[in-house]
Amino acid sequence: MIRHLLSGADLDADTATQILDTAAEMATVAGREVKKLPALRGRTVVNLFYEDSTRTRISFEAAAKRLSADVINFSAKGSSVTKGESLKDTALTLQAMGADAVVVRHPASGAPHRLANWVDGSVVNAGDGTHEHPTQALLDAYTMRARLGRLAGLHVAIVGDVLHSRVARSNVLLLSTLGAKVTLVGPPTLIPVDWAARAGVGSVATDADPGTDVCYDLDAVLPGVDVVMMLRVQRERMNDSYFPSAREYARRYGLDGPRMRRLPEHAIVMHPGPMNRGMEITPEVADSPRSTIVEQVANGVSVRMAVLYLLLGGNNR
Amino acid sequence: MACPPAAHPSPERQPSVKVILASADVQRVVDRIAHQILEKTQGAADTVLLGIPTRGAPLARRLAARISTFEDVDVPVGVLDITLYRDDLRRHATRAVGPTQLPPGGIDGKRVVLVDDVLFSGRTVRAALDALNDVGRPASVQLAVLVDRGHRELPIRADYVGKNIPTALAESVKVTLVETDGADEVRLCGGTR
Repeated sequence: MIRHLLSGADLDADTATQILDTAAEMATVAGREVKKLPALRGRTVVNLFYEDSTRTRISFEAAAKRLSADVINFSAKGSSVTKGESLKDTALTLQAMGADAVVVRHPASGAPHRLANWVDGSVVNAGDGTHEHPTQALLDAYTMRARLGRLAGLHVAIVGDVLHSRVARSNVLLLSTLGAKVTLVGPPTLIPVDWAARAGVGSVATDADPGTDVCYDLDAVLPGVDVVMMLRVQRERMNDSYFPSAREYARRYGLDGPRMRRLPEHAIVMHPGPMNRGMEITPEVADSPRSTIVEQVANGVSVRMAVLYLLLGGNNR
Repeated sequence: MACPPAAHPSPERQPSVKVILASADVQRVVDRIAHQILEKTQGAADTVLLGIPTRGAPLARRLAARISTFEDVDVPVGVLDITLYRDDLRRHATRAVGPTQLPPGGIDGKRVVLVDDVLFSGRTVRAALDALNDVGRPASVQLAVLVDRGHRELPIRADYVGKNIPTALAESVKVTLVETDGADEVRLCGGTR
């Protein structure tokens, strides 16, 4: 069993499937009168958040509490971090307090990997910079499996700001492990150059990778996909002009009603949230029955319960 | 503890294997427990059978099938996974969580009969009682087991016992069922007999 969950690549197909199956059992707890399981009684989970977050932090907190763990919430605002404390010193403080698991979100890519070397407990990456967000990929895979019944052979389009998206990176890794085919769609400026090159698109065509495709034209991709995952345009990480205007972006890469109607009958629309309504997705699409956006949030708690249980439930040292 | 199949007579230094119940015996014992449940519950009204995985689940289904053959009543059957309620979770690598399926009518106000294959320390049953507490409030809880091998570590006893087998702690009792293992049998292995 794995000790940390830092990357979508940490999971092989068996472990990922085990997490999804466990999450399905955890989901039944939400429908019970007593929404609590005793599995992590006496364990301490620290939410270490250096970046703003509502759904991820609350989701991890709810998951840990449903498993009867004690939860300590730490946000960089209002802590010793504003006095200049380093990540390592903060980690050692948490270690001294006996944290069994640290759920960390950090603006620097790779921060959870560093943290994993400093603490004895398990580290769960809840989003590091533009790098990875593995539990989001797990809950997306869970949602697809719940709606469409399978993952192997699905065609998933991940659309928008792929360059800055940790959600996209983790999803590509996990979905290809689980046998789905991913096509990345977005303006050339927002698709990582090496992925475009590997897929044989763009100026630097090299050996093509059959797993992940890249396409710059959303309308060409829509009729053949089972899942469209819209990504948020991450204004806060953009220090360059990646596209001429918000209106032009919305016209070419936003999912609106007419585009949604060109999808196959069974196809679903996903968004990791928070949404820029009117930018990458219109309210008509976001609130349609095809949209799984609210389900994704509910499934997030079940999936994070499964992850915490599998990391902390037994004696895995 | 792995238990070699009884069909191959073991050489002297190998642990001994003794068949306690053969296939026909297991069926007779299940029939008797079904009759006892009917007798003790006055016709199995308002009764729910909950099997504890792995082998309690098929046993519960068999009991329900026999009860409906004998008296033409349909007893709801479910499965109660107790993994997350075990008291030894932290002593082993993480255990896979199994499905819990309650019958559509639920268990509130019902007479719940927990079904398991072997009653040993009583810790599984304690975990099952805790799990039951979180999924509903039954009117009463009873316990049916195929084999009681003794060595209780908790104040727990069974209401219906298929077979009492006096054992030494070093021995192990292995139950196999057609549904899970391909054949019905109860074997006693190991120890110095």
